[in-house]
Amino acid sequence: MSAATTDTLQILLAAGPGPGVGPLHDLRDAGRAALAKTGLPGRKTEIWKYTRLKALDGVAWTGPDARPEIDGDWIDAQAGFRDAWRIVLVNGRFDAGLSRLTDLPSAARIAPLPEAAGAHGAVAAALGQLANAERFPMVALNAACLEDGVAIGVEERALLEKPIHVVSITAPGAQPVAAHPRLLIRIGAGAQATLLESHLHLGDGAPAFTNAVLEIIVGEGARLGHYRIHDGPENALFVATTAVSVAGGAQYDAFALNIGAGLARNESMYKLDGERAEIAVNGAYLGVGGAHIDNTTFIDHARPNCQSQETFNGVLSDHARGVFQGKILVRPDAQNTDGHQMHKALLLSGKAEVDAKPELEIYADDVRCGHGATIGALDADQLFYLRARGVDEQAARALLIEAFLLDTVERIQDLAVREAFAEALTGRLRALQSSLAHGEAA
Amino acid sequence: MALLEIRDLQAEVDGKEILKGINLTVEAGEVHAVMGPNGSGKSTLSYVLAGREGYEVTGGEVLYDGENLLDLEPEERACEGLFLAFQYPVEIPGVAGTTFLRHALNAKRKYHGEDEYDAMEFVKFVRAKAKSLNLSDDMLKRPVNVGFSGGEKKRNETLQMAVLEPRLAVLDETDSGLDIDALKVVADGVNALRAPDRAMVVITHYQRLLDYVVPDKVHVMANGRIVKSGDKSLALELEERGYAHLLDAAA
Ligand SMILES: Nc1ncnc2c1ncn2[C@@H]1O[C@H](COP(=O)(O)OP(=O)(O)OP(=O)(O)O)[C@@H](O)[C@H]1O
Ligand SMILES: [Mg+2]
Repeated sequence: MSAATTDTLQILLAAGPGPGVGPLHDLRDAGRAALAKTGLPGRKTEIWKYTRLKALDGVAWTGPDARPEIDGDWIDAQAGFRDAWRIVLVNGRFDAGLSRLTDLPSAARIAPLPEAAGAHGAVAAALGQLANAERFPMVALNAACLEDGVAIGVEERALLEKPIHVVSITAPGAQPVAAHPRLLIRIGAGAQATLLESHLHLGDGAPAFTNAVLEIIVGEGARLGHYRIHDGPENALFVATTAVSVAGGAQYDAFALNIGAGLARNESMYKLDGERAEIAVNGAYLGVGGAHIDNTTFIDHARPNCQSQETFNGVLSDHARGVFQGKILVRPDAQNTDGHQMHKALLLSGKAEVDAKPELEIYADDVRCGHGATIGALDADQLFYLRARGVDEQAARALLIEAFLLDTVERIQDLAVREAFAEALTGRLRALQSSLAHGEAA
Repeated sequence: MALLEIRDLQAEVDGKEILKGINLTVEAGEVHAVMGPNGSGKSTLSYVLAGREGYEVTGGEVLYDGENLLDLEPEERACEGLFLAFQYPVEIPGVAGTTFLRHALNAKRKYHGEDEYDAMEFVKFVRAKAKSLNLSDDMLKRPVNVGFSGGEKKRNETLQMAVLEPRLAVLDETDSGLDIDALKVVADGVNALRAPDRAMVVITHYQRLLDYVVPDKVHVMANGRIVKSGDKSLALELEERGYAHLLDAAA
């Protein structure tokens, strides 16, 4: 660990609540202990090879206290999904005033993490199990700074008719702010729910660092749709570590949309932990300017007869950079596994870059697994076809870029979410149209 | 003034000379057929007219309605009424046929200072066009040409042509690979567009399309040049005797 990152770690820890007391102190202590061993991810951490957190250095990070006023209308406008139960976190802290949980059925329990961990042994026991602080330094940092967060529980066989929408806002006031949102989600056996996540930023230009951790337990035969959108300015750093376990016969459908201009890293671990579990984890990203967008996924086929499908499409312009690391592990026990992964990147400028690292590790013999990756420019034949029909070059490019990204959005199983994500994406593309117009076709 | 006048047009692709001095004049109201062996440069000519990148004009000129066509961007040529039905229509995954064609039609309308169609107006307009040609507009719901059979792609080109109502249509083997019914559809599409102020250049290998779309002139292209021109009887003659005697004579 370099001197700079050691200092950075001390600054970040000092911005947190300190060892203290309360139901989360065990977790905090464990996080600190783990960090004392590993430090922050650095040059030598293989899985962080392509993404550096150098922007964390030399910033006077502060805790969640200072925050600008936030009003509900702003959230409505930014986050959409008005017809959902809304959980608002500001700088990692649950904000009851901004949340909208009236008429939440009793089959769904939503509570601040300290309260839930204090009251329910199961919550306390589950915390930190899937997202392991010893193995993941960013999880350790989240734990070490943990003071709040939200626990969501859906009872067995409950069918929630509206989505639960987590709106996590990182809002620096005048000072740079480091936030560590934490969520624990438990979906009971046979239950069905949709979880939306909007990660937003609000501020006047001070740097923002978000280090979110989500642990999601999908019970037997349950169905969970889990859809995330992340947006943020150039000086925002966003790291989200998501650990999901999917029990037998359960279905998990996820999508991650990244359209932020700063650094974003989604690191996700999915464990197919019972027979006939099925997951679809897809995503799209759009990087402009100096954006850096990293999607790192680990799909762990631990049991037989499971299916996983993963498709990510990304568009990078200017000097933006994309990273896709996708590992699929098929354990010896996981016979009759279906696992398919695809990553496609469209580079709109000679300075845009992408690092793609697909990895299959297979120990069972009866498997159908595959991965593919393409990196290229816009298709010259398609561009010409459009232009030969009268569509000008700029509009033709925009149409092709949009189609490329929407191709994965189409995979979102929930129709309303699919439409909303498509709209978020097309809106952003329209705003960027002129800056995406340059560049060369293949 | 001719609608299209090609004078001594020379062009190369990847440094290789393909068109070696084409002369061709098409008057408004006429249909011209261009025939010729594989590799003679017919598609190259069509791409040069449409403005495809990589097709470098090294000599000669092309006047369209008296204006220098080669100065225009591909989209400007299209908006000015040039339409190329591609020999190999391009697949565009993720873009629905309706979206594609609405962009195309609205680009043209905007270019001419007309109001753009909204989605409803457009659907109505296209449906009427398709119906008049005995075509189904179902294929417009699918992504452009993706998974289409060869014949479906050609029908799609014909529908696009009908919707865009070009003044000069260049059809590059739009009749290839079609069954009899589809051939009729394409022929009807072409005939429906025939008008005193419009013209068509039909590139084909077969006489059978020309039974339905009777050409005013027939040209034979070989090795980057037009080696023979005549009336519709030339096509019949070629059908019988092939190109060999012409090529020998041209060599
Ligand atoms: N990129 C290229 N580089 C070199 N030669 C090329 C290139 N593209 C086309 N050609 C050559 O140009 C010549 C003319 O091709 P073109 O496609 O115009 O022929 P065509 O008359 O349309 O043939 P067909 O009847 O088979 O459609 C061919 O010999 C072809 O190989
Ligand atoms: Mg050809």
